[in-house]
Amino acid sequence: MAVKTQPVTVNLGPQHPSTHGVFRMRVMFDGEEIVDVEPVFGYLHRGSEKLAEERTYTQIVTLTDRMDYVSSMLNNQAYILAVEKLAGIEPSPRGVWLRMIAGELQRIASHLVATGFLLQDLGALGTPLIYSMRERENILDLFEMLCGARITNSYLRPGGVFMDAPGEFWPALDRGLDDIVRSIDDLETYLSGNEIVFSRTKGTAVLPQELLINASITGPMLRASGVDWDLRHRAPYDYYDRISFERKLHTASDNYARYWVRVQEARESVNIIRQCIDQIEPGPVRPSFDDVPRLIRPPSGDAYAAIEGSKGELGFYLVSDGGIAPYRMHVRSSSLINLTLLRDMLIGGQFGDLFVTFGSVDLNMGEVDR
Amino acid sequence: MPEAFLDNSLWRNIYCVLAGDSSTCAARDYSSGFFPAGMEWLAFLVSAAIIIFLIVNAVLGGVIVLIWGERRLFGRFQSRTGPNRWGPFGTLTSVADAVKTMFKEDLVPAEADKILFNLAPVLIAAPALTVFAIIPWGVGTYVADLNIGVLFIMAITSLTTLSVLTAAWSSANRIAILSALRSVALLISYEIPMALALVGVIMLAGSMSLGDIIAAQGIPFIIVQPLAFFVFFIAAMAEMARAPFDLTEAESELAAGYLNDYASMKFGLFFLAEFMAEISTAAIVTTLFLSGWKGFDPIPSHFWFGAKLIFVLFVIIWFRMTLPRLRVDQVLKFAWKGLFELTMINIIVTAVLLAILPNPSTSELWIMAAINWPVAIISIWGVSKLLGTAPYSHPQPDPNAPSYPVGSESIPTDAVLGAEPSNAANQAPQAQQEGGN
Repeated sequence: MAVKTQPVTVNLGPQHPSTHGVFRMRVMFDGEEIVDVEPVFGYLHRGSEKLAEERTYTQIVTLTDRMDYVSSMLNNQAYILAVEKLAGIEPSPRGVWLRMIAGELQRIASHLVATGFLLQDLGALGTPLIYSMRERENILDLFEMLCGARITNSYLRPGGVFMDAPGEFWPALDRGLDDIVRSIDDLETYLSGNEIVFSRTKGTAVLPQELLINASITGPMLRASGVDWDLRHRAPYDYYDRISFERKLHTASDNYARYWVRVQEARESVNIIRQCIDQIEPGPVRPSFDDVPRLIRPPSGDAYAAIEGSKGELGFYLVSDGGIAPYRMHVRSSSLINLTLLRDMLIGGQFGDLFVTFGSVDLNMGEVDR
Repeated sequence: MPEAFLDNSLWRNIYCVLAGDSSTCAARDYSSGFFPAGMEWLAFLVSAAIIIFLIVNAVLGGVIVLIWGERRLFGRFQSRTGPNRWGPFGTLTSVADAVKTMFKEDLVPAEADKILFNLAPVLIAAPALTVFAIIPWGVGTYVADLNIGVLFIMAITSLTTLSVLTAAWSSANRIAILSALRSVALLISYEIPMALALVGVIMLAGSMSLGDIIAAQGIPFIIVQPLAFFVFFIAAMAEMARAPFDLTEAESELAAGYLNDYASMKFGLFFLAEFMAEISTAAIVTTLFLSGWKGFDPIPSHFWFGAKLIFVLFVIIWFRMTLPRLRVDQVLKFAWKGLFELTMINIIVTAVLLAILPNPSTSELWIMAAINWPVAIISIWGVSKLLGTAPYSHPQPDPNAPSYPVGSESIPTDAVLGAEPSNAANQAPQAQQEGGN
């Protein structure tokens, strides 16, 4: 007897526990197999780029915090680099070291969140997520010592950072780095050899290298396919040219490779921070107000600066007409561009892998919609 | 009073207080009953009602305690405190939750099939309670000792899926239907290894009655039948649809699946049924594999049963807290390609051993255990090799090969950072690096 079947279209999101914010997918299923996916986003659009046209260059720092809210420091860093390039500001060395330390700490925090939520999407009932979040809390405590804020830091200013680290920050950072290394070891013991994690992530949502490059995917997603592309190494900004670090690559380009690259990068960030601590020198953390006034008026022109964010190349493009606010700001958000291959990853796969793949892209709706 | 109930202390005590029947209650001095002579049948019915009332309330009370205990354990596993506000150590949290659930608005979707939608919670709660009828809680403490006890368990527990399917179909929700289909696939696959795992136990005990199986356990059957225990425990976890087999609820995929449209006490009944199934599964594992209420003497049998039950419940919660969820195809593959073969090995080995040692005594059970353990370890290792995921052959790129598509050395900043600077001020990057040095 032939059974008449038909594909079923289901709306997943925006109110769904695993969409990492407010994301919606119209998914067509044939049984458990995914036939078609239509991503729908924009639910978190706040018009940050437009709002920036009404604010001074220093005020915009607070807007960048709220784009990718799990890596505010890195957003700050990318924006500040663009402003410094636009206005020709020479940063203070100590400020640069401090923002590199803050940025790498933020990268570890972001990768921990990504790993925790990937496991949550895999169906572990909160345990790995809470373990990751617990380690992230220690990093947020360090941020609180640096600037008084935990999530929306606004720590960076054109030319450096707004406040020097207090004396008790440095021993706390040393202890924190040891804790982070230990917790990453724990996480790896628990996850990397786990048969369920491995069998569910190996060989799922494989993306060919050529497709990744053509879609201009960056960050851990690209490095998981074996392309050695890291802006910290390729186009060093700040003082990354004085740091030596290992770039971790994987060739499989599947969900497991993406997870693995993130964990190894978090480890490598600890090494980078240790080198920064060795090389940091006393001095002012930002130029005096004679050199960099509170109200910056860059000469008319444009500038683009990009950093290796936690999710890929994070770039800010600023156009100035000589006024106190940018004429136009555009953000090259890695989350949005990494999302463009969602259909290629999901179609033909299983329903059970849908949110795992979604989690392995590690996107943040605050950055996608801006 | 029927002869079959004479050695059942639960029945005898209640019946004798009510009826004062001198023929059955001669062993104890009950002066007179509440029922006149000739009305013993009524006393029998009333004592049945009292026993059912006691068991149902004990189970529901147990569920309240289990929910609290599970949440406290979750907290400990996740390095947090768990509920600790209502009552000492948060013991009243479940009570508060129950009250909250009852007072919530009862929503019924407009397109739902109203009759089936309202029937499904009842259909899931009733079988979950029925299983407790045959569980021996201690020496002579059971509602009924059926001669087909094991078969009864298998039949009743499989009704759960029908209720899930009813709930999903009647709520007219596509996500719920996906969840119900998973539930059916899960049940059909895991019923078979579950039943076959019990064949070894039944062969050893020579009976399907739970009382006889406990009596046959000179040593706990977990020692004699490790393979059967392994398969039965996993299959029972799958039947309960608990993590790592929680495909039907799958919070991160289906967002509670078939429970999507249920609110208020209808949801509460599903929730109760889930936890009742957890208790009954733990009780069945205790009875069949951990020698039930047996223990050494000064400690009463009910205490032994309770202690083993709590231990099994702890292990179930431990599993749930630790493991991520499997995918549907992996779950089915595991049942058919892994557990099914293991049960077959177990049945063959047990049959051969029983042909050599019929009606085994305790010392002969130890000999069987000594043979069964190596068989279990080797066969589980073999299945894990067969079904396990192979590691990557070349995880790291070859460092000597030119990386694709870009070279290995650094490229100038301007080439990456895009547009040619449009005025002198944009020469900042060079200035910045000089300043840094």
